[in-house]
Amino acid sequence: MKDIPEKYIEGNARIPSGCAISGFFSKKGNRVSGDKIVQSISYMHDRSNGLGGGFAGYGIYPEYKDQYALHVFYNDMRAREKTEQFLNEHFDIVNLSRIPTRKHKNIVNEPLIWRYFVSPLPTKLASSQLEEQEFVVKCVININIGIDGAYVFSSGKNMGVFKAVGYPEDVGEFYRLDEYKGHAWTAHGRYPTNTPGWWGGAHPFSLLDYTIVHNGEISSYDANRRYIESYGYKCTLLTDTEVITYIIDFLNRKKGLSLEDTARVIAPPFWQQIEALPDPERERLTDLRKAFSSLLITGPFSIILGFKDGIMALNDRLKLRSMVVAEKDDVLFVASEECAIKAICSNPDRIWSPGGGEPVFATLEK
Amino acid sequence: MEINAENMLFDQLNAAVKASNDKKIIIKNVLGQRYIGSGAENKEIVIYGVAGNALGAYLSNTDIKVYGNAQDATGDTMNSGSITVYGHAGDTIGYAMRGGTVMVEGDAGFRVGIHMKEYGKHIPKIIVGGKTGDFLGEYQAGGIILVLGIGYENECPVGAFCATGQYGGKIYIRTRHMPRDLPPQVDVKTNADKSEILPLIKEYCSCFGADFNSLSKDEYMLLTPSTSNIYKRLYCNRSM
Repeated sequence: MKDIPEKYIEGNARIPSGCAISGFFSKKGNRVSGDKIVQSISYMHDRSNGLGGGFAGYGIYPEYKDQYALHVFYNDMRAREKTEQFLNEHFDIVNLSRIPTRKHKNIVNEPLIWRYFVSPLPTKLASSQLEEQEFVVKCVININIGIDGAYVFSSGKNMGVFKAVGYPEDVGEFYRLDEYKGHAWTAHGRYPTNTPGWWGGAHPFSLLDYTIVHNGEISSYDANRRYIESYGYKCTLLTDTEVITYIIDFLNRKKGLSLEDTARVIAPPFWQQIEALPDPERERLTDLRKAFSSLLITGPFSIILGFKDGIMALNDRLKLRSMVVAEKDDVLFVASEECAIKAICSNPDRIWSPGGGEPVFATLEK
Repeated sequence: MEINAENMLFDQLNAAVKASNDKKIIIKNVLGQRYIGSGAENKEIVIYGVAGNALGAYLSNTDIKVYGNAQDATGDTMNSGSITVYGHAGDTIGYAMRGGTVMVEGDAGFRVGIHMKEYGKHIPKIIVGGKTGDFLGEYQAGGIILVLGIGYENECPVGAFCATGQYGGKIYIRTRHMPRDLPPQVDVKTNADKSEILPLIKEYCSCFGADFNSLSKDEYMLLTPSTSNIYKRLYCNRSM
C-alpha cells in the first residue's frame, strides 16, 4: 500500500464530481481552433474524475467533406486487419491514417486509433437496397458488435469525435485539437457512475453526424434500450448516453420528426400541462407522448446534441442538472457552469438558463 | 487580505481563505471556483467574478458580496450572515438554509429555497430581484422567500410547480398573475399584507438602488401551506 498516493485510497478522499459539458456554435460558420473548447471545459475540471474526456468538432474535414470520416479504436493489429478487410468490401477508402496524437503523461494504455475517409461502394449499396446513411449505420453496428477489439466511435461527414480515458484538457492535448478548426465544438468531462470507464465509453457518443455529450444519469435506460434495440440498434456499452444517441437518430433521421418534436418526446411536458393547452397543440403533444412512450427519458440529464449544421441543448423536464446558455454575436455557447462560458467569452451579449425540457438551437445561416 | 484567484484551483483558493486571520478578504478574478466561504465564520468576503457552486455553504455570521454572478447552490444550508449577489444566480440557491439572508439583484434559477427551514428566531430569507425558474420553494419548511419580479411585470415571475410540497414558511411574489401549476396544498392570498416584507424590500433597494416607493406600493401575492395540510404539524416551526 505504501506506493499508492494517499489521495487514491478509498475513504481518504472524497471526489466531488458530476459530469461537465460545454459547447459552442458559430452560426456564420466561422471556424476556430479546438484549443478554445479545451480551455472552456478545463474550467470545470472538478466535475470529472479523470475517467473520460472527449470532444466533437464540426467542419473540421473540409477537404474530405463528401466522405464519411470513420474514427476507430483497435485493441490489436488483428482487429485492424479484420476491420480493414470489411471496410474494403463495403467502401471505397479515399484516405486512411493513424489519428495524430502527442504523448501525454496522463493519457496511458491507448488503443490503436485510426481514421478512414470512405464512400460506400455503389454496387454494395445498390445490392443492400438501403439508403446510404442506413447502409453506413448498419456497417458501423456490424463492426462494433461483430469484430472483437474494434470500435467505430465516429462516423459522420466533415466532423469527428476525439475521446479517451483522462481529464478532458489532457485528452484535447493528446489529440492535438489545436491543429483542427471547426465552426462547432462540444466537450465532455466524465465521472462514470455505472461503468468502469474506458475509451469507447467516453463521450461524445455518435452515429453519423449526431453526437451527444451528456451530464446526468437516466433512469429509463433499460426501457429505452429494449425499445430501440427492436429497431436494429445495439447498445453495446451499458451506458445511458449511447441509448440517447440512438433515440435521436431513430426519431429525427428515421421517423422524420423535427428536433423540436424529438425534444418533446424525450423530455415531454407533464400530462397536467398538456391537458391545459389549447387544442391543436394539446392533441399533437398527446399523440407524440403516446406514439413514443418508451422513448421518454426520465432521470437527470443535460445534453448537447451536435447534428449536421447545428447544435441543440436540452435539459430533462425537471431540470435536475444545471445548464447555462449565452450568446455573443453569431456564436451560441452552452455549458454546465457559467464559468466555462466566461473562460472563452468574457462579455456575452446575453446569458441565461433555459427551463427544463426547453430546447435551445443554433444552426448555420444559409 | 486580497487574493488573485486567476488560474487558482478551488482547493488552493479556499485553503488561502481559511489560512487568513484577516476579517476582510477580497478575492479577485474568480471564475467558477467552488465552495468559497464554505463553513466560514465571522468573516467578510468580497468576490469579483463568477463565484462557483456552493458559495457560502454552511455559512455562519459572515457577509459575502459577489460583484458578478453566482452559480448553483449558493448559501446551501447556511446558518447566518448574508450573501449578496450583484448579478444573477443559478439553481437551488438557499438550499436547506436555516438562517441568514441571500439576496440576488437579477434572476435566479430552478428550485430557489428548496427545503429551507426555520427554528425559533432563526428565520432565513431569500430575496430575488428578477424572476425564478420552476419549483420555487419546493418542500419549503420555513423562512421567507420574496420574488420582486422586476422587469417581469406582464407575466408571473416564478416558474411552474411553485411551492410543491411546501409545508411551512412563506413565499411572497410581486405580481397579479397566478403562478402556473400550483399544487392543491397551497393557500394563495392576493394583495397580501406587506408589513413583514417592507424591511426586505428596503434592504434590496438600498443595496441595488431600486425604487422603494414604487416597489412597496405594488401588490404582492402570498403563498403558504394550507392549514388542511397535515404535515404542517409534524415539521414546521414551533415557538421556543
